[in-house]
Amino acid sequence: MIDENINILELCKKPGQFESVNRVSSEWSRSDYLGSIKCRISNSFRMKYKIKPGLYAIGEPDGNSDVFVSANYKLSFDILRKALNGLSSWILVLDTKGINVWCAAGKGTFGTEELVKRAKEIKLNGILNHRRIIVPQLGAVGVNADAVFKQTGFKVYFGPVYAKDIKTYLNAGRRKTPEMRKVKFSMLDRLVLTPREIIPALSKFFIFAVIALLFFGIQPTGILFKSAWVCGGPFLLLGLTSVIAGSFITPVILPFIPFRSFALKGWIAGILLAMLVIFSFNLPEQKNFLIFSAEIIFFPMASSYLALQFTGSATFTNMSGVKKELKIALPVYLISTVISIILLVIYKLHKLAVI
Amino acid sequence: MKYLKNSTSLNFISEKCTNCILCIDVCPHGVFQLKNKKVGVADKDLCMECGACTLNCKYGAIIVNSGVGCASAIINGMLTGGAPSCDCGGSSSAECC
Repeated sequence: MIDENINILELCKKPGQFESVNRVSSEWSRSDYLGSIKCRISNSFRMKYKIKPGLYAIGEPDGNSDVFVSANYKLSFDILRKALNGLSSWILVLDTKGINVWCAAGKGTFGTEELVKRAKEIKLNGILNHRRIIVPQLGAVGVNADAVFKQTGFKVYFGPVYAKDIKTYLNAGRRKTPEMRKVKFSMLDRLVLTPREIIPALSKFFIFAVIALLFFGIQPTGILFKSAWVCGGPFLLLGLTSVIAGSFITPVILPFIPFRSFALKGWIAGILLAMLVIFSFNLPEQKNFLIFSAEIIFFPMASSYLALQFTGSATFTNMSGVKKELKIALPVYLISTVISIILLVIYKLHKLAVI
Repeated sequence: MKYLKNSTSLNFISEKCTNCILCIDVCPHGVFQLKNKKVGVADKDLCMECGACTLNCKYGAIIVNSGVGCASAIINGMLTGGAPSCDCGGSSSAECC
């Protein structure tokens, strides 16, 4: 991984006293690009995408160069070093257990304690002639600037949210424009997050698929593939539709769906898509009132549930709001699932001529 | 984009504020603004309860019940009886932000 572009910079603090620091390139290699894609897809890959905490050098930094603090999630570090292209500077990587700055700051691993510990450990004040340290703004969730100053003598400057703004920020004399302070959540940002919504949703879908096929397939004569498929097939299709509506369409076109509640947004996307599927595949079995009712109750609700999961990735949702949504949504989900099951059981008993 | 109306726990105590504007500097959603040299809340509904302002306000002028605004984390918290957490606790397969 990163070792490819590391070489050791011998740093002379005092005559006869050398300190080694890893120097990294600001260019991305092929494996860096590949890694940046893989960690969007695979959880296990992302959780292991780490670098060693400590001090790194970009270019030829000296005692007057700026220090930028980062997380040891390799993608965070890579984005920072790329943005520092042409700026000789230091990067101080904290041990955030491989988690990005913002999430780690929320957990406290990217925090005052860790920053103070690292700064003391590498004897930052011996390397630098100045006493300023640039922390990404989102790190402010875990870093108390005043406490860092009191414990280390370093003044924390909260830099821009996005590394790409660093040069403009420095040129403006370490001043941010209001725009540089804001977290954006563009359609592209949302789109790259959807695989992480879709993949866990699909694993739930497979469990659902097995249950649905078994349910429709069970006949007095055993499990019949044909009956499993005739009724179960549309159910599977509708299940997939819910995944698409809740985990893909809702996140991507989020601001364009009415209401602020994610559960409602997901339900709207879910019902529209479910209707589209039901009416375009106009199958005889779908005209059954029990089946139709169960579908209309269950699938938009599944989409709503999946859309609600996106509150975790959304950058503007708050805990109080999500709790409020869940308080209403969870009982609704539970009740509608039970009602759908009852409707299907009645249908099944009716089909089997029990009632 | 704004989340639910009046759902944030953000509480700004203007009497304690010294207008140092650090809250404006750390807020990722422009919740605070400087008007006539005084800091005030521009739009409460923009608050995501990240807690950066509360942590960095030396004067205790901002109180917010911060935490992860994530449905599965909150459900996890409900199930385990603890605080909402997306903590993966070292297991490699678990979801983690």
